[in-house]
Order: sequence, then C-alpha cells, then structure tokens
Amino acid sequence: MLRSKASRWAAAPYLVWMCIFIVVPLAIVVWYALTDANGFFTLANLTGIGRYASVFGRSLLLAAEATVICLVLAFPVGYFLSRLRANKQHIMLMLVMLPMWMNFLLRTYAWMTLLEKNGLINKLLGLFGIGPFNMINTSGAVVLGMVYNYLPYMILPLYTAMTKIDNSVVEAAQDLGANVFQILLRVLIPLARPGIATGITMVFVPAVSTFIISRMLGGGANLLIGDLIELQFLGNSYNLNLGSAMSLVLMVIVLLCMSFTSSFDEEEMEGVM
Amino acid sequence: MKTWKRQNRHLLQRTYLILIFGFMYLPIAVLIAYSFNENKSRAVFTGFSLKWYVSLFHNEMILSALGLSLVLALVSSVVATVLGTLATIGINSMSRKMQLVINNISYVPVVNPEIITGVSLMLLFVMTQKMGIGGEEGVFGWPTLLIAHITFNVPYVIFNVSPKLRQLDSSLYNAALDLGCTPRQAFFKVILPQLSPAILSAFLICLTYSIDDFMISYFNCGTMQTLPIAIYSMTRKKVSPEINALSTIMFLVILAIILTSNAIDSRAYKRNQAAIRRDAANA
Amino acid sequence: MKQSKRTLLSTLLCAALAVSGALPALAEDVEPIQINEDLSVSGDYDWTRFAEDHITLNVYNWGLYISDGSDESVDVLSAFEELTGIKVNYTTFDSNESLYAKMKSGGASYDVIFPSDYMVGKMIQEGMLAELDYSNIPNFSRIGEDYRGWSFDPDNAYSVPYTWGTTGIIYNTTMVEEAPTRWADLWDVEYAGNVLMFNNSRDAYAIAAKKLGRSLNPGSVDEVDLVMKELQAQKSVVQAYVMDEIFDKMEGGEAAMAPYYAGDALTMIEDNPDLAFVSPEEGVNFFVDSMCVPATSRHKEAAELFINYMCEPTVAYQNCDFIGYSTPLTEVWEMLDDDLKYSPIAYPDESVMSKAEVFVTLPDDVNAEMDAKWSEMKSYDESGSGWLVVAFLLAALAVSAFNIWRKMRKKVRDNY
Repeated sequence: MLRSKASRWAAAPYLVWMCIFIVVPLAIVVWYALTDANGFFTLANLTGIGRYASVFGRSLLLAAEATVICLVLAFPVGYFLSRLRANKQHIMLMLVMLPMWMNFLLRTYAWMTLLEKNGLINKLLGLFGIGPFNMINTSGAVVLGMVYNYLPYMILPLYTAMTKIDNSVVEAAQDLGANVFQILLRVLIPLARPGIATGITMVFVPAVSTFIISRMLGGGANLLIGDLIELQFLGNSYNLNLGSAMSLVLMVIVLLCMSFTSSFDEEEMEGVM
Repeated sequence: MKTWKRQNRHLLQRTYLILIFGFMYLPIAVLIAYSFNENKSRAVFTGFSLKWYVSLFHNEMILSALGLSLVLALVSSVVATVLGTLATIGINSMSRKMQLVINNISYVPVVNPEIITGVSLMLLFVMTQKMGIGGEEGVFGWPTLLIAHITFNVPYVIFNVSPKLRQLDSSLYNAALDLGCTPRQAFFKVILPQLSPAILSAFLICLTYSIDDFMISYFNCGTMQTLPIAIYSMTRKKVSPEINALSTIMFLVILAIILTSNAIDSRAYKRNQAAIRRDAANA
Repeated sequence: MKQSKRTLLSTLLCAALAVSGALPALAEDVEPIQINEDLSVSGDYDWTRFAEDHITLNVYNWGLYISDGSDESVDVLSAFEELTGIKVNYTTFDSNESLYAKMKSGGASYDVIFPSDYMVGKMIQEGMLAELDYSNIPNFSRIGEDYRGWSFDPDNAYSVPYTWGTTGIIYNTTMVEEAPTRWADLWDVEYAGNVLMFNNSRDAYAIAAKKLGRSLNPGSVDEVDLVMKELQAQKSVVQAYVMDEIFDKMEGGEAAMAPYYAGDALTMIEDNPDLAFVSPEEGVNFFVDSMCVPATSRHKEAAELFINYMCEPTVAYQNCDFIGYSTPLTEVWEMLDDDLKYSPIAYPDESVMSKAEVFVTLPDDVNAEMDAKWSEMKSYDESGSGWLVVAFLLAALAVSAFNIWRKMRKKVRDNY
C-alpha cells in the first residue's frame, strides 16, 4: 500500500530539512571543534579540555548518582503502579506525569525556596531544634534537583515494562519459596530490564548535560559540563571552538552511555531467540 | 496470617507511594501557597492576597513572552506536523535500508542532549551569518527560533505517526483505487482520516514540547524572549512572587487540559466498548 | 579614577549641539511635554517622528537597571512608548561578558545596549558600535563635565554615560562579628560558606588583584595567572557565585557578606536594614555604564532618540531613584532626596575616590587568558574527582568495545 514511487517524494521536504538542520549542524560542531578562531586545523581545543577534567568527572558522577537514586526510588513505584486496578493505574499515571508538564525552571526554582538557609525545610527542622543545615549551593542539592526533575522519566518506562509481568509469575516464585530479595533479583529485575535500560538513558542524558539545575541549586561553584558549554557560547568565556570541542566530548559520552544501555536490550533479544 | 501479611504489604505500598508523590508535589504545593502570600519575602507568610496575580497580568514582559511562546508553538507544530506526516508517508514507501538510515538520523535530536541540539543549530546560524545571509542585522530571532522548534518537533511526529501508518489496512486503500479514486483522493479520503488521531496526538506533543523548551531556544533566540526564557531571566534577578502566580496558573491550565483530555478519552473508550459490544451482539 | 580625559568636547560634538540649538539654556523657553504626572520631556525635540513607522527597538540592559514599574515605581519604558509610538523590546543580561558573547555570536540585532567602560572600549576596537549623531541627542549637554571623555571613548563618539558607581562589600550586621573593612575579609575562613562572590571574571579578578595590592588591570598573562590563584584559594569560602541573585540572598540573610555594586547595595539596605556597605581599604573599582548603539542596529536614529529620552532629567531621576546608582547628570543629582544625594555609598567622598581605579580594555591575549582562567577556576575541584573521569571513560570505552566485539561476532556467526 502506498508504496508507489511517487509517494516517496512526500519525504523530500523533510529529507532536505533533516540534512540542513540535523546533519549539517553536527558537522559544523565537529568542524569548529577541530579549528581555531582563524579557521585553521588544530587539536588544541580537544587537548585543552583536559584542563576541565574535573568538571567532566563531577558531571558524570553527579548524573550517575542521580540515575541510581532515581532507579532505586522508581523501581517500587513502577511495580506498585503496575499492580493496581486499571482505572486506578490511569489516575496514578496522570499524577506521575502532571509535574512533568510544568516548566522545569519553575520546578527547580521551587526547590530553591525549600533548601535555602532560611528556607522552609530549615524552618521546619528549627521547630524541632535541629539545624539549620547548609543545603543549597552544594552538590547534594544538584543531585536532588536532578532526581526531582527526572524521576518521572524513570518511573514511566519501568511501569511500562512491569505491566507486562504477569502476577502469576511472582506468585509462582512465592509459592516455590522465594523471599522478597530473590523475587526481586531473579524475577522482577530481569523482566524489567528493557524498562531499566530506557529509564537509565532518559535520566542520565539530560542529567549529565544540564546547566540550569547546577546554576540554580549549585551556586555556580559546582560547574557541570552543561555550564561549561554555556560559558563558552553565551557566557563569560566566549570561545565557540572550545565550546564545540566540549560538545563533541559530551556527545561521545552520551553515545557510550547509549551503547551501554542498548546492550541490555540486545541481550533481551538474544534471550528470546 | 496470610491476610495480615497482605494487609501489611498493602499498607507498605500505600505509604511508599504517598511518600513519593509527596516528594513530587511538595515543591509545587509550596510554590502555589506562596503565590497567595501578601509579603514579597519567601521567608514569612503574612496574609492572603491576590496582588501578585494582578501584577502578573500587568507585567508586559511576561505577557509578550507568553504571546511569543504560544504563536511559536502553534506555527512550529503545524509545520512540523505537516512535514512529519508527509515524511512518514514517503519513508514508508522506501527500502528498508533507507528507512533505517533516515530513522536513525531522525533519532538524533531526540536522544542528543538538548544543549547540543541548541548549540549546533546556533553554530549553523552563526555560519550562515558569516556568509552574509540575513544581512546586517543577522538571522537570529524569529526565523531561527522557528527553525529550531520545527527541527526538534518533526522527529516526534514521525515516531508517532509511522507505527499507525504501518498498522493501516492496505486493502482499504487498494479498494478505493479499484473503485476509481485517484491516489490523491484515496489518500485524503481513506488514509488521512485513519491517521488523524495519531497526527493529532503528535501535534499536541509538539505543542507541549515547544512551549516547554528552554535549552534550544536559549541558544537561538536572538533578541526574542519565549516564556521559559523570561522565567529564566526572572529567576536570576530579585525574585518576585509573580513567578509563583505564573506557576500556579500554568499548573491549573495543565491540570484542566489533562482532565478534559482524559474525560474525552474515557468517553471515546466507552463509546468504543459499546460499539464492540453491539457488533458482538449483532454477530 | 584619575584617568586621562579631555575637558573639551570634540569639535564634532560642539558643532552638532550648535546646529540643533538644544542647549539647556535655550530649551527652557519651550514648554515641556508632560507624559504623566511623574515624567516630562523637553518640548523642543521631535519625539514623535517615528510614530507612524511601527518601529520596535531592541533594548538590552543589565537586570534591575531601569525604573520598570515594579514595586510601585514609575514605568519609564511604557511612558516612552506612549510618547513616541516606538515599541520597546526590553531584555536583560547579567554581565558585560555575556553581552559581548551575545553580540559576537552575531545573534542579536540590538539597538541600544548598556556596556561598562572597558567593554565599550573593547567593542569600539572591534568595530561593534556605531558612531552617535549628537544632533539627535541634545540632552548630552546635561551630562556633567566630570563624566565625559573617559579614556575608553575620549570623544564620547560612541557612548553616552548612563550611571556610574563603585564596588564594595555589602554585609549583614547580624551575621558578622566585626564589620569587614578590607577585600581580604572575603577570604576569611571564619565565614566559610557565608560569602558570595561576583559571577563574572572582570569584577572577581579586580577584587583579588586589589587584595594583593595590584592594579585591577593586569599587565601580563603571568599576572592574570597569579591573581586567579588567589580566587581559586577563595573557592572553599565561597557559598555561591552570583550576579543579580544576590538581592534575594543578601536580603533574605542567606549569606554574611558579598561584593557588589554600590547602587544595588542601597536598594538592598532599603529592603533589609540589617545590611550595611563598606568601601574596602585596598581601593575599589570605579565604573561608568554607558548607552551605546551597536553597529548592526537597524534603527539608529530611533535608538538615539531613546538615549536622549533616558537623559531627560525626570526620566533619569526616576531611574536613579529606583536603582540607586549614581547619576552623571548634574540636574538630576540636584533633584534627588537628601539621603540619596549625600549618601556616602552612592556618592563617596575623596578618601574612597582617590583610591578608586577604572577598568581599561585589556589586550586580547590577556583578556583570553582571563576568560580561560576564570572557567578553569570555577571548574577547579579540591576533592580531586578529576581522576574519576578518566576511570569512567576507560570503563565506558571497555564496555562499548566489548559490545562492538560481541556484535561483530554475532554478525559473523549469523553469516555462516
């Protein structure tokens, strides 16, 4: 159906668009990363990134922390939701998605109000005579911001994967004498694997490249890769070439991460075969 | 023994879910509560007041940013939907290898970090400017914003519509041709109506992504300010509770949209179920 | 502040003023135009010549740097729109460097921008500014002699002063045991986690340089490296690097002390009386923020009209009154309330001014070094997690290599 040669032309406008605005820009990033301000070939931008190794380390570390925390928090949520009655599931899913629709700048801003020295949490703790704690402008606050912003991205794929797990599988394991941890390790986690992989990618990629969360909750002292890139393009140290080199490295990191998680999927496929 | 255990487990489940949802909604609740605070300070709650809502609606910066965001979202979503739907149809009739290549490239804006999409487009526009396209004042502004938004929206259309297109029953289309329709008529009368729910949902997804986007617009906005950019510049200054009022309104609007779409969905679902039952009875 | 400057205006300027005949002495003959109860403009200037042209002016200013109608102030922008029929698209930046980056990436076609002294110089050097036609800005004659002809733009060919001020330390009297007196107090470990710092390279550098008893204009790349080390050493004390976020943080008692601009300190003190301001002993930075028209502006004449409007005494008075910065317009200073007029913060005495220094435009290599060192300083991490990146990348590389190898093996297997 519709497989006529003529209908192929329908894709032509998009193909042109795709080339100009997806392929060419990425090529330009590579071009800028490999040239200096005068347009001559150089590797100085890429080698210069070495100076910022600590930023890359911190970004990867914080994003990894946030991803793990999201996974741990979201796993039970996904499971519990998938066991609810259908109409209840629907409502709960809406509740999970609702904060996602709210602009993430506003969500992050909300945490500023809570975490400040004179913020609500410290005030509340003060009532019990605890605190005040330094919470804002720490790397912990950045991780918290990431977890908060990206938790739904972990819950949703996990939930989708777990709706496919039949209750009888869990019950069978129970009847055969498996305890909670055995069920988790031997049944739930293997079956939820595709969801875990998708969730990890969907949390890790935005977390490793954000610059808003670190700026609003990290006080500008906990620079992340995103901040560094922004700094080169629209911030204090105007240097498009260095910024492109950093973007290139970030892209490679993301690709590595994706190849890592997609290997889960493949194993899944192999298992099926 | 067993029921006790089950009850216990239910309690545990419920507490856990309540805790997580508390975590997710607490900041929003705080935002909303402070929008009614008479005092400007975030430290104290002195009394109920609606004055921040009043001043929000007199804040020209926010209103014009909102206007720009809405127009931009609408235009870019329409263009992206048309472009994407056409592309889906075209791609569908290509060889598998071609499909794979195109789909993989289309995935790039979806999986790439937003900052890279934004930065790479910015570099493209900087380059065009260096070549003298756009004249003295340059290309940044409305055209770049529109291009950027269309670019990150089209893939969502493709990935939403193409599964539906593949599921279509091709015999209907062929029957239409046999009955004397031109391919064009057959497309508009047979294919398009069947695709329209998928296209509509793709359009809505584009709208929300476009309104919500900050990162990509930030690098390509020129002198313009979309709503997220205006919010960003507000959070970087002396923060006014107007921002809380804005959050509250946005939250309520989203809630309303979700509830109505939900209601429509469930009604359609019921109607569907009724139709199935009727068909079953007839058979 | 004792820079070389010219006391005489350029001949060009004089000629322009003579032709337009808009010297203030003459202007008083014409009835001023009343826009609203707070604002009026001179009556012998053609304010409405663009009313039919549907022009939108893109004005790019510092955040919180104009009387914009918030907090019951007078909205000078909507008054301008009402007066002239020109629409203003007003957006804000938070440092000279980000203004420069935004202009340089070719992006934005702004019509009026507000860079500080050294950035004006840099932009002139790079041909980014348009020469002003003073026949459209007769109000330039109101600018006090002392504020004209700075070395960054000796003939004022490109810039009209908007405000000036000095930097200093703003501190919370309830949170410090002893009032700070020196920049060095910002390095005091006793206040670790309670100090805020400028989030832009030039201002932060100036503080560290003054602490070391050096000029805030580095002469060489080596000097930059040396001073930036000082900022790196401060990092463990600093809670956050901020610009305009400082208002909320200082007013809300989130930090004990922070360096900032005197004008903003006045605003903060007004909102929180626990705050106080001091001009550090080592000497401060004296700055002039100017209004300029970028070379790429499409509406140069309308932009000049806007600049002229901003120099109208009633308009400038509302701005000064609201933002607290010091005015270069003599008439406006005379209009101010006594507590602002004689405020030692806004208009410091000779003891401060004699030790004040102005930024000059740096040579490109020094400037580049400062930018690079600044991002490096901010990236610096004491905990040494830098090694983690290496470990992580190696691990990721190993995993992906393994994946590829497996995939290839599978392909080979499938083929046979």
